[in-house]
Amino acid sequence: MIMKIPFAKPGTAMETKTGSWRTFRPRVIEAGCIKCGLCVRYCPEGCMGEVGKIPEIDFDYCKGCGICARICPKKTIVMEEEGCSVKK
Amino acid sequence: MVVKTVEGSFAVAEAIRECEPDVVACYPITPSTHIAEDLNRMYADGEVKKYIAVEAEFSAISALIGASAAGGRAVSTTSSQGLLLMHEALFAASGMRLPMVLVVANRAVSAPLNIWGDQQDSISQRDSGWIQLYCETNQETVDSIPIAFKVSEETRLPAMVCMDGFYLTHSVEQIDVPEKKLVEKFLPKFNPEIKLDSENPLSLGVYAMPSDYQSFREDLELDLQKAKQSITRVQSEWNNLTGRNYGMIEQYMMKDAENVFVAMGSVCGNAKEAIDQLRANGEKAGLLRVRAFRPFPFGEVAGALNGKKNVAVFEKAVSLGGAPPLFGEVLCALNDLSRKPTVSSFIGGLGGKDVTVNNVAKIIVKIKDGEKRFEWV
Repeated sequence: MIMKIPFAKPGTAMETKTGSWRTFRPRVIEAGCIKCGLCVRYCPEGCMGEVGKIPEIDFDYCKGCGICARICPKKTIVMEEEGCSVKK
Repeated sequence: MVVKTVEGSFAVAEAIRECEPDVVACYPITPSTHIAEDLNRMYADGEVKKYIAVEAEFSAISALIGASAAGGRAVSTTSSQGLLLMHEALFAASGMRLPMVLVVANRAVSAPLNIWGDQQDSISQRDSGWIQLYCETNQETVDSIPIAFKVSEETRLPAMVCMDGFYLTHSVEQIDVPEKKLVEKFLPKFNPEIKLDSENPLSLGVYAMPSDYQSFREDLELDLQKAKQSITRVQSEWNNLTGRNYGMIEQYMMKDAENVFVAMGSVCGNAKEAIDQLRANGEKAGLLRVRAFRPFPFGEVAGALNGKKNVAVFEKAVSLGGAPPLFGEVLCALNDLSRKPTVSSFIGGLGGKDVTVNNVAKIIVKIKDGEKRFEWV
């Protein structure tokens, strides 16, 4: 018997870096950011850094869903196509 | 040994009770209703630990998945549309390697609406990764309950015990229902290593990327094939305790048989009677009964049919637009034989259409001319 049972221990999702799924990449225009923390709270992956700071995006896990850009009250996060003429 | 005169369904419920399930979850549906009804009564009387009266069969199988994932012994019973409603979750149960037993009281599927017996419901679940045992008699069904629990728990594969609706479920006959003491001796407590446990948390059935998914499927397939060894061993343990021996297949009058009837389930009772009558007239007739449809016993079937002249595969199910399911498996089993018999397909008994001793005898006589046939009877 092989009995390969598909289970995962807590925290093992860290090993699956979902950043490669991204088509669009969020970019923060720092000058406009009021550090309100809405993007931090809304990010489903928890990869926008800390409330009260300018977002530091963890691109290992950011799937590029664009919720941060949509929720930003100052429209200071923009979504740019991956692999185009985008500055990192 | 306690031989009782009892209805098949109630005997099955008693056998389930003696296996001490942690969770029973059923939604009654004809012809499996009496099993659920009796288990519910046992719960009310304090004889069964937990009976969840779910709102539909999808919930029943979901409750079983939850119970089994938490390390409980789980069982349900259903028929026809109820089993079809469970279809999606059947794959989840086998994929997560969750042991459980599902008693299927076989019944035709809609439309048109029909409550009577054929095997279309469970045959349609053949690709779901479950073990499937088809029983000829109520005694065999009752014996298959502890056997199915044991095999399921040691292989971590869910198991269906299939009994023909009405022909078995509603027949009253003398049955030796195994006592609790005997079942305790046979069936160890279910205590899986990997289970949901708040002290040691884990997730089951989490996703697998394209790089890993297929290897899980491949391992599941290999383990289901290997479950044959477990079934054979567990059935011989049962034989040692009860004297009732079951194999992957059963051969009746096969030694010198030339014309062989192949079938599954209760129709084999009539087939044995037909063969006795043909033998009395000097006909060399035999029966090959397939008990385990999943995993399919290719080697045993090939061994049994090697050198026979003509084979009639009879089944109470159809794969619309394709090869009849049992017929297809038998042909596949015979692929490597140098002396292949002529194999014909007979579909019949759908929706409770009678298959009499005479019907079977006529089929066996008919195939003697060596013609290949695809017929409905």
